[in-house]
Amino acid sequence: MSNTLPPKERLKIPRQPMPEQEPHERRHNFLEVNQGLTVLGATTEALRCLECAKPQCSDGCPVHVKIREFVQLVTAGEFLKAAAKIREDNVLPAITGRVCPQETQCEGCCILGKKQEPLAIGYLERFVADYEREHGQLGLPERQPPTGKKVAIVGSGPAGLSAAGDLIRAGHDVTVFEALHELGGVLIYGIPEFRLPKEIVRHEIEVLRQMGIRFETNVVIGKTVTIDELMNDEGFDAVLVATGAGLPKFLGVPGENLPGVYSANEFLTRVNLMHANDPTYDEPVFDCRGRDVAVIGGGNTAMDAVRTALRLGARKAYLVYRRTEKEMPARAEELKHAKQEGVELICLANPVAFREDEKGNLCAIRLQRMELGEPDASGRASPRPIPGSEFDLPVAMAVVALGTSANPLVQASTPDLGTDRRGYIAADPTSLCTSKRGVFAAGDIVTGSATVILAMAAGRRAAASILRYLEDGQWPVVLPA
Amino acid sequence: MFAIRAACFLAPDIKRFEIEAPRVARKQRAGQFVIVRVHERGERIPLTIAGSDPGAGTITLIVQGIGKTTKLMNTLEAGDAIPDLVGPLGRPTEVERYGTVVVIGGGVGTAIAYPSALALKAAGNRVIAIIGGRTRELVLLEPELRAGGVEVVVVTDDGSYGQKGLVTDALRDRIATGEQIDRVLAIGPVRMMQAVAELTRPLKIPTVVSLNALMVDGTGMCGGCRVQTVDGPRFACVDGPEFDAHTVDYEILARRNRMYAEAEAAALRSFLAAEAAAEEPPGPCQLEARHPEVGPRIRGGTS
Ligand SMILES: Cc1cc2nc3c(=O)[nH]c(=O)nc-3n(C[C@H](O)[C@H](O)[C@H](O)COP(=O)(O)OP(=O)(O)OC[C@H]3O[C@@H](n4cnc5c(N)ncnc54)[C@H](O)[C@@H]3O)c2cc1C
Ligand SMILES: Cc1cc2nc3c(=O)[nH]c(=O)nc-3n(C[C@H](O)[C@H](O)[C@H](O)COP(=O)(O)OP(=O)(O)OC[C@H]3O[C@@H](n4cnc5c(N)ncnc54)[C@H](O)[C@@H]3O)c2cc1C
Ligand code: SF4
Ligand code: SF4
Ligand code: FES
Repeated sequence: MSNTLPPKERLKIPRQPMPEQEPHERRHNFLEVNQGLTVLGATTEALRCLECAKPQCSDGCPVHVKIREFVQLVTAGEFLKAAAKIREDNVLPAITGRVCPQETQCEGCCILGKKQEPLAIGYLERFVADYEREHGQLGLPERQPPTGKKVAIVGSGPAGLSAAGDLIRAGHDVTVFEALHELGGVLIYGIPEFRLPKEIVRHEIEVLRQMGIRFETNVVIGKTVTIDELMNDEGFDAVLVATGAGLPKFLGVPGENLPGVYSANEFLTRVNLMHANDPTYDEPVFDCRGRDVAVIGGGNTAMDAVRTALRLGARKAYLVYRRTEKEMPARAEELKHAKQEGVELICLANPVAFREDEKGNLCAIRLQRMELGEPDASGRASPRPIPGSEFDLPVAMAVVALGTSANPLVQASTPDLGTDRRGYIAADPTSLCTSKRGVFAAGDIVTGSATVILAMAAGRRAAASILRYLEDGQWPVVLPA
Repeated sequence: MFAIRAACFLAPDIKRFEIEAPRVARKQRAGQFVIVRVHERGERIPLTIAGSDPGAGTITLIVQGIGKTTKLMNTLEAGDAIPDLVGPLGRPTEVERYGTVVVIGGGVGTAIAYPSALALKAAGNRVIAIIGGRTRELVLLEPELRAGGVEVVVVTDDGSYGQKGLVTDALRDRIATGEQIDRVLAIGPVRMMQAVAELTRPLKIPTVVSLNALMVDGTGMCGGCRVQTVDGPRFACVDGPEFDAHTVDYEILARRNRMYAEAEAAALRSFLAAEAAAEEPPGPCQLEARHPEVGPRIRGGTS
């Protein structure tokens, strides 16, 4: 073992801070907020690990990254080997190191966290992945001889991409179909540049392309071509549906269709995918400069939208949430960053209407005060409206970030593909096979909106089942259509 | 890349393109559209598929240059290619045997209505097309409609051709004759569709309009194309683009469509300034110099 520091000494090292852009600077640009640990920062941080015999951190990680092992390699300065160690379980470490909710996963289970701050596992994961990319030393994984079998993957988000990586390595012929003109799913159109530089996502995709995966953008499965046509006419032996949970939810209150009211998906897509923040692109977006805006919601999407509005020049950027700060589902770091940048929280409030001025544009949101009652099914305190507590919040733009639901295009065009009550694709929890022979499903389209790492893990699980199915032709479980 | 096989102007600022898109050509049905991105820094705009040739693997688009993106598209020629084209999107026009159907096209709306008019005719309906334009040369597709067996009534704002007036005047006249109209399909500017809806509402003539909401993805992901109907909000790109004319809130639609008016006007101004600054007639190299956004001209490439 490379870490010779006695445990008592290790406990004296403070958690290394993430170098960040100053809040007053970063709120005016789209550059990444977190700058990444230095080599010294990373090796110092790694020394804090107690190298537990039974590392609980790995239990907290949905894909069981071998955290203790990779951290030991960091202490030894073996950064490339550390990256390879992470890649055994996690194919997108530069991305998950940045966007995983570490505080509820790996770091939430780290033993150090009982007495002091947990090991900065996310920062370290990001560090080694960035080191690997920047040193251009990622060797392409070996590919088995061609099997002659064809697999189609629908959707290029983390679920689809990670499945594609496993399937191409096994020697299959893999084509990924994507509805948009750019690959990456939510990683490209949803999560902003200041949290996840697009260059990193493009790099990961480039590696996959070099491994031989074919990518076809501008193909909407269910419209341009159906699953049945892929299997019957285009000769695909198996299909993985990884279309995400892309449909925006709205509040359903009066005035929600006024100009100036966006879904978070639209607002973020205009900026991230279409570059509306860059004047050399043609895409328009609401001119936030000098105006007050409000975002409704408390998740990562809401945080991303409100911080994007600030960066587009908003004078005041409010975050309206019907519970309290404590219940917000967003990553802790996003909430912290948002507050540092000047986002104003309006908690325990819920929109009841959007109001218009004499020109017919949005001018205010009518909010109602809420109080917290008993915990609901999700275990979170359920908010109750306080009668007579309505008040108006003057804003020129509003973004509704209430989460998303299943896009029905694939399901509607594939009658024998079974769905659940809410329209998500029904898949066997172990094998991820669907009711339709040859078709598997993974990621948000099965679970509802979740996380990048869960989508990735599901994609890899589905890939493993597809490999077995293509080998022995046995269909894992028969589900009702 | 989607190669342009043929391109020619039908009228000033209105151009017809044949574009290679075999998958779309195979699937397309009347009333569906594609979303295109004309250059690498461009926006995504919806355009109706005016027809397709599955054998040749091509689709037809008819584009009216009204802003930067459409005018830029109309500078493209056969041999050029556009980077992105996706479809067919939206629900096809409902085509049944209704009896007598009046199809109303205002301006480029005629091009959008054209494939549906032919499909309705092919389904055994008597189809009367009322097509309008500001002036004679802006009346589109009259011979093509006639060749398809559609009766055509032409209306121009200035009376330079056909009847003088608006398409709604011609519809009102038609209704006044008392002849049976079983269905109306109206496509054009929001205010024109609204006027048609108001004419047919008291008579309870089933009327369908094709809504030109602003779109981004075209797959139901952004919700930007939502339109208010009496049944609640609907997404024009997946639930439409055609809707029951008597259920739509046209006020909100018109307002939402004006949301980026300032930015659009600015983009158009700088586009036109760049056009005017060019002394040479547009040839491929001048085009490239003036509009670097369309990039190095890619000739004859396929996707
Ligand atoms: C704004 C935002 C911020 C987030 N922040 C975080 C975070 O910080 N940490 C975290 O862990 N998670 C975060 N998430 C959640 C996370 O991004 C998702 O859980 C994850 O991306 C799901 O992956 P997926 O592969 O299932 O689907 P997606 O990433 O949604 O990808 C699906 C892809 O399929 C394509 N597609 C859909 N239908 C079709 C079709 N019919 N034909 C062809 N292609 C189709 C879509 O265009 C898309 O590219 C965030 C989500 C959003 C929206
Ligand atoms: C379903 C559908 C089918 C259409 N079919 C055709 C067609 O076959 N031929 C044709 O010439 N036009 C068609 N249009 C209209 C065409 O999309 C717009 O003219 C085009 O987007 C204008 O872009 P611009 O940059 O040239 O003009 P801009 O100056 O940007 O806009 C001019 C006007 O066009 C509309 N518009 C702008 N951006 C969009 C967008 N992203 N989505 C939708 N509308 C927008 C707005 O109302 C705007 O005020 C269709 C629109 C829809 C919704
Ligand atoms: S993948 Fe996510 S949860 Fe797992 S170790 Fe990495 S940061 Fe932690
Ligand atoms: S639980 Fe914490 S201290 Fe223990 S091995 Fe994991 S990271 Fe290291
Ligand atoms: S264009 Fe995005 S949902 Fe219709």
